[in-house]
Amino acid sequence: MAWHTITFTINGETERVTVPSHMTLLQMLREELALTGTKNGCAAGECGACTVLLNGEPVNSCMVLAVECDGAELVSVEGLADDGRLDPVQQALIDVGGVQCGFCTPGVLISARALLDRNPHPTEQEIREALVGNLCRCTGYVRIVAGIKQAAREAAHVTH
Amino acid sequence: MHNPRPGLPEFDYVKPATLGEASAFLAAHAGEARPFLGGTDAFVRLRDGAWRDRYVVDVKHLPGMRDIHFDPDKGLTIGAAVNMNQVIDHPDIQAHYPLLVEAARSVASYQLRSRATVVGNICNASPAGDTTGACMVLGGALHVYGAAADGGRGMRQVPLDGFFLGPGRTVLQPGDVVTAVHLPLPPAGCAGKYLKLGRNAVGDLAIVGVTALGYPDASAPSGYRFRLALASVAPVPFVPVQAEQILSEAPLSAAAIAQAAAAAMNAVAPINDARGSARYRSLMTRNLVQEAVTAVWERLGG
Repeated sequence: MAWHTITFTINGETERVTVPSHMTLLQMLREELALTGTKNGCAAGECGACTVLLNGEPVNSCMVLAVECDGAELVSVEGLADDGRLDPVQQALIDVGGVQCGFCTPGVLISARALLDRNPHPTEQEIREALVGNLCRCTGYVRIVAGIKQAAREAAHVTH
Repeated sequence: MHNPRPGLPEFDYVKPATLGEASAFLAAHAGEARPFLGGTDAFVRLRDGAWRDRYVVDVKHLPGMRDIHFDPDKGLTIGAAVNMNQVIDHPDIQAHYPLLVEAARSVASYQLRSRATVVGNICNASPAGDTTGACMVLGGALHVYGAAADGGRGMRQVPLDGFFLGPGRTVLQPGDVVTAVHLPLPPAGCAGKYLKLGRNAVGDLAIVGVTALGYPDASAPSGYRFRLALASVAPVPFVPVQAEQILSEAPLSAAAIAQAAAAAMNAVAPINDARGSARYRSLMTRNLVQEAVTAVWERLGG
């Protein structure tokens, strides 16, 4: 079994770890770095609970090898808050009641943050399309969508 | 079935420095190594034990693999490691190959599309591949590095016509590395449509997928030629040749389109599975071919 020593940044911190070839990014986050905010749901790229940002783009971390992240910039849900101040998307989901059991929430937050970064003023349709890969079995999505809309509105308010 | 354990079985990750090295390694380990792009299919297969490779050979970093090149005379070349979102967002592809954009947008979710590749979709040789049909009707060919006729190694072109042998099986040989897919310029005045029936409105694999491309052609009795490719209704991505002929021979009309759709239905050989029965797939082939061709015909001015 081959091992690889890789260096990357996670939530702004540089890390150097040695991983076996077949370790997924999800396993490395949870088991090597103890960043357990990222969840293991389906392990097949369908549920989105393991979504993280890899070089700014959301990916299912169950479908990425840890070794592929050598040199990469990673952001997990733990990296969204800035010095204890919640990301506007996090605050908005709390405000509107967009969190129930919470299992999908880390992935939803990452997908939402990535959406607002590439499209600060999404339509409801665009929000729903961005969340196709994040399954939620509690909320019925209505409040999640409302929270992302609110975060976008507040960001617009701050900028203008 | 899905295995909810997060781990993959043991394998060695190999990252060759050159195409030659990749090809030589894959040839030397035939049957136990495979090239790896986005992994969105490969990791599912490895996890559920359908594939048992000892080596996973990453080729995404090799020269040209991440390039998209559009030449207004020669057409479009999409590197093997270009992901679906990059295809969807590319201005030249949006302008000249909207059918490919439409097909790519129907693939799974944003997260999956940031890893999944068009070349991987083709080489995976799933009958359900969403972007395969667009590449077929546009006359696509793969750029393949591998064993050459003279015994050495080099590049060759492999047309998609004849590429698929069965589910997961293609004409590629051990040691072949697909570096890109090339699409010629689309026919002048063409219009295309991809219709996908899934269990959900979005995100699912196709129960039936219909890709249709039509274009004016003075040499055709109907004044038009159509190219069709059907997903999930045969062991390979399927071209209903008789339906294409009907659409070029008879003057185009609602009746001719219905006749072509019936011919497509009669030509397919679908299976029963969790997503739908064979009979449902056959009937929906007829309905979706009719709908897709009608939509194309309307856009052609019919």
